[in-house]
Parts: sequence; structure tokens; C-alpha cells
Amino acid sequence: MMGTTGIQARFACKVGTFTLDVDLDLPGSGLTALFGHSGCGKTTLLRCMAGLQVAIGAMRVNGDEWQSESGSRPVHQRPLAYVFQETSLFPHLSVKRNLMYGYRRIPQSERQISFDQAIEWLGLAHLLNRMPEKLSGGERQRVAIARALLTSPKLLLMDEPLSALDQKSKQEIMPYLEALRDNLAIPMLYVSHSTAEVARLADHIVMLDKGQVIAQGPLQQIMARTDQPFGLEEDAGVILDATVSERDERWYLYRADFAGGHLWLRADENLAIGQRVRLQILARDISLALSEQADQSIQNILSATINEIASDVSPGTSMVRLLAGQTPFLSRLTSRAVHTLAIEPEQQVWMQIKSVAIVD
Amino acid sequence: MDIYWEPVWLTLKLAGFTTAILLVLGTPIAWWLARSSHWIRQPIAAIVALPLVLPPTVLGFYLLVLMGPKGMVGQLTEQLGLGLLPFTFEGLVIASVIYSLPFTVQPLQNAFASINQQLLEVASTLRASPGDRFFSVVLPLARSGFLTAGVLTFAHTIGEFGVVLMIGGNIPGETKVLSVAIYDHVESLEYTQAHWLAAGMVVFSFVVLVTLYSLNGRLQSGLVK
Repeated sequence: MMGTTGIQARFACKVGTFTLDVDLDLPGSGLTALFGHSGCGKTTLLRCMAGLQVAIGAMRVNGDEWQSESGSRPVHQRPLAYVFQETSLFPHLSVKRNLMYGYRRIPQSERQISFDQAIEWLGLAHLLNRMPEKLSGGERQRVAIARALLTSPKLLLMDEPLSALDQKSKQEIMPYLEALRDNLAIPMLYVSHSTAEVARLADHIVMLDKGQVIAQGPLQQIMARTDQPFGLEEDAGVILDATVSERDERWYLYRADFAGGHLWLRADENLAIGQRVRLQILARDISLALSEQADQSIQNILSATINEIASDVSPGTSMVRLLAGQTPFLSRLTSRAVHTLAIEPEQQVWMQIKSVAIVD
Repeated sequence: MDIYWEPVWLTLKLAGFTTAILLVLGTPIAWWLARSSHWIRQPIAAIVALPLVLPPTVLGFYLLVLMGPKGMVGQLTEQLGLGLLPFTFEGLVIASVIYSLPFTVQPLQNAFASINQQLLEVASTLRASPGDRFFSVVLPLARSGFLTAGVLTFAHTIGEFGVVLMIGGNIPGETKVLSVAIYDHVESLEYTQAHWLAAGMVVFSFVVLVTLYSLNGRLQSGLVK
């Protein structure tokens, strides 16, 4: 295996009738989502990386060898943190002693995240003396995340940390996860089968099916593929990161700039100038016109080049991939519309964007 | 008075030694039985449980044969210059350890089996080595199991009779424990003395069990802060 940065992971293992066989080279920073339906092997892969699941293979994190043909480090000697799906707090220890468990097991010189910092990040100050049984599901998971971070890991592994929580607790934890993604310098691997979570959190995505990698790459590129490996079907669409640049006081609109132009959006909460926002534009919300039309209601009209016209999930519709600058967009049209407009690749068209959602 | 207290003291000493040895010996056995899925697990579990179903005399008989001058163990101890074990206190301890084994192993095994395996995985991702995990997670979570195992083993050893009679006989100060002493008194029609000892046993057993139950209740509700 080559490379001194990033995460190289190659594993082959058999659990019952299930076989996992992957060879990955992932970025050494940011959040990578391992995505797939249940039973696709995403949790098994995460466990292999942690060393919790014995597998033949190799694992290297930013140049540090964890496993190779010549041997495998036991779990407790790998500088990783693992957040489990179910509640995993030690029931016999208070929140404070749960947090201290990993913290006092690493040498002082390796502590990069201080106790107070972790408590502040996850808002745990008022919970320190409680026992785990007295916490809500969301609070427990926040403690588990803080406990994991306090080992100052070189890799943070999260196995569907939100899936066991109710909607309210999910909403409560999401901002903490976003803050960690933005503030931590370490790579995070996040197992999920929720498209909403992935769309909101991931920078990079690995899609698994039956123990094999079926697609991987930056989230925006994967989401903008016409063959839709992500499997969103009705909700197919692109994700783009933009920066708020202007506020229109009169019409309650914000202008957000991205690599290929700008969009106007409506926001329920106040956005600050300079703030980064993650936007989602569904393929069904983009229609195409051959000329720029002024006499209509749509506010966001962008010039773009047709990149690819592909078949869609149903024969009545087609998926059109467009580029505005370098930024890809997807538009779902009826196949008849594609035929009547007689559009073809490289052609210049106007995208009429009906709706833009802020996902983060 | 000494003649009175000697069997009591000897009984407590025997039960104390047996319990201490069994807690050390029984812990790894119980851990293995709770965690292993090897085919040999069931036969081993059956061997550990044998003393529960066998009449003590059967157990005592085989131990007597084994530790006697013609038995394998007996020949070994003689070659090592330890002499023969039957009718000595040491022989009695060995017999008690075997006889009370299930009373240590089974509560521990249940306690270990009820510990969520994932907590050990969590501990390993928090840099705890296997030994560390045992002392920081398993031991505190299984402590009511340890308490039950300890008390049951102690109490069961105090109550043993058949094995003692077969292997230890009736030597004052060496092998004459409480249950044998009571039997002796009854044989010699000394009912008053037998009453004292027997009633003492009843009270003792009752107190032990009440203490165990209430301690267990408290352990389960109030955990460490």
C-alpha cells in the first residue's frame, strides 16, 4: 500500500455467509460517510478498521501503520475513537468518570483535547455528576462522543451514532457533529444509511453494497452522477457549498456565492455574511430553457452547459447533467421535453431553479 | 470450652481457605464458560456441576482412592515428600474446593454472561488492555456475582458432611468440623451439646442469607458515583 497521508484500508473477511472485500484510499481529513443499506457491510468495515473484527488486510492512517501482512495492533493500541450505535456508557460510572476512563489512559504528552474543552464542546458541564441511567438518549450519546474525543484520537469512527435516537434528539446532536467536523483536524468516518445525515455532514462518501465498494468520491460529485448510485430516486439532486455574501433586507433574501455563480435563497433563521451554507437542489426543481426568460416567477436562473443526458429510473423521464462553471447540477425532465427541446451535450441552456434548500 | 470451640474454629478456617482458593480458581473457569463457544464448553460445564448432583459420599470415595497410597495423586504427593492427604486438613481443603466448585462458578458465570459484551469493546477503544478491562469493567459490574459466589461457597463448605467424613474422618483439631462434631454428639447421646451447635448453625445460616440478600439489593441500586 502506498501513500503517507490519508487512510488506506484493505480488508477481506467472512462473517457467516457475508463477505467483505474492500480496498480504499480515503482523505486524511474531513468527514467520510460509509453509506449503504443495512447488511451492506458498512459496520463490519468500521469494525475491521478499529480492529474489533478480525480480518485479513492492511490499514494505515496518515502514515501510521495499524495493520499489515506482518501483524495487527490490538484495538487498545490504536489511536482511534469509536462511537457506538447503542448506548455504550459504563453503567457503574458517573458521567465524569465515564469521561475520565479513556482520558487517564493516554499519556499526558499525547492529550490534545483537554477535559474542559470536550465538556464545553458537547455541553456536558451540568451532567458531570449524573449516572448514565439518569440521562436522555441524546445526552448519553453526547457523553459517549466526548469520552471518545478525550483520548485525542488520530481517527474518529462513528457507527450510526444517531440511529437509536428519536427525531428530537437527532436534531439536538446534529449541530455538535457539524461543529466537530469543522473544528477537528482529524479524519472522521461516519457509518449511516440516512441520506439526510450524509447530505448534511459528509465531505466524501463511500457507497457499499453486499460487502463491495460500488462508488466513492467527494459527496458533490457522487450526488451529481446521472446514474445516482446514492439511490435517492425522487429526491435526487445536487449538494453545493456556498458562502453568504449579501442580504436583501427588503425581500428577506440572501445571496449565496458558489464556484459557478450565485443563488438567492430564503432562510428561516438569520444568516451572517461570510457564513458557509450547504445547499441542496433537487433535480425535479430545475427546469431548462433555451433562452433567458424574464417574464416568469423564478428568481434563480443560471446559465449552464449540458454535460450529459442519461436515462432515468422511469422511462418517461431523463436525467440531465449540467455544469455552471465547474459546479455540476442535475435536472430531471420528461423524455418528451428532452426530445422537443432537442438539447444535446455541450449546448448552452438556462437553468430555472425553483427551490433551494439549506441543509446545513 | 476449647473442645466446644475447636470444631467451630476449624470449620471457619476450612470455609475461609476454600472460599479464597475458589474465588481465585473459579473466576477464570467461570469467565471461560461465560464467553467460550467451543464444543468442549458443555462437557466442562457438566464436570463443574457434577458435585451438585453426586452424593457427597461418591465424591469423597473417589477422592479418598485418588489421594490414597495407591492413587495417582497420593503417589505424587508422597514423591514430593508431602505425605498422604486423606485425614489431614490440607486434604479436606482440596476436597472442599472440588465439592463447592459449582457454588462459586455458577453465580460468577451468570454475572459474567449478563455483562454487555459491547462494554468491553468500548473499553478497548478507550485504550484499556485486556487485564485493565477485567478490573475496570468486569469486576465492578460482576460484584454482586462475586458476593453471591463468596457467601454461597463459604456457607456450603460449612454445611458439608459426607465428603468430610469420607476423606477427613474425625480427628479433633485437624478434621473434626462442626457437622461431624454434631453427628458425634448425637451418636454419644449428648443432645444438649448437639443442640447448641445445631441451633448455632441455623442462626448463622439465616444471618448469612439475610445479609447476602440485603447487600445484593443495595449493590444493584446504588452504584459508584
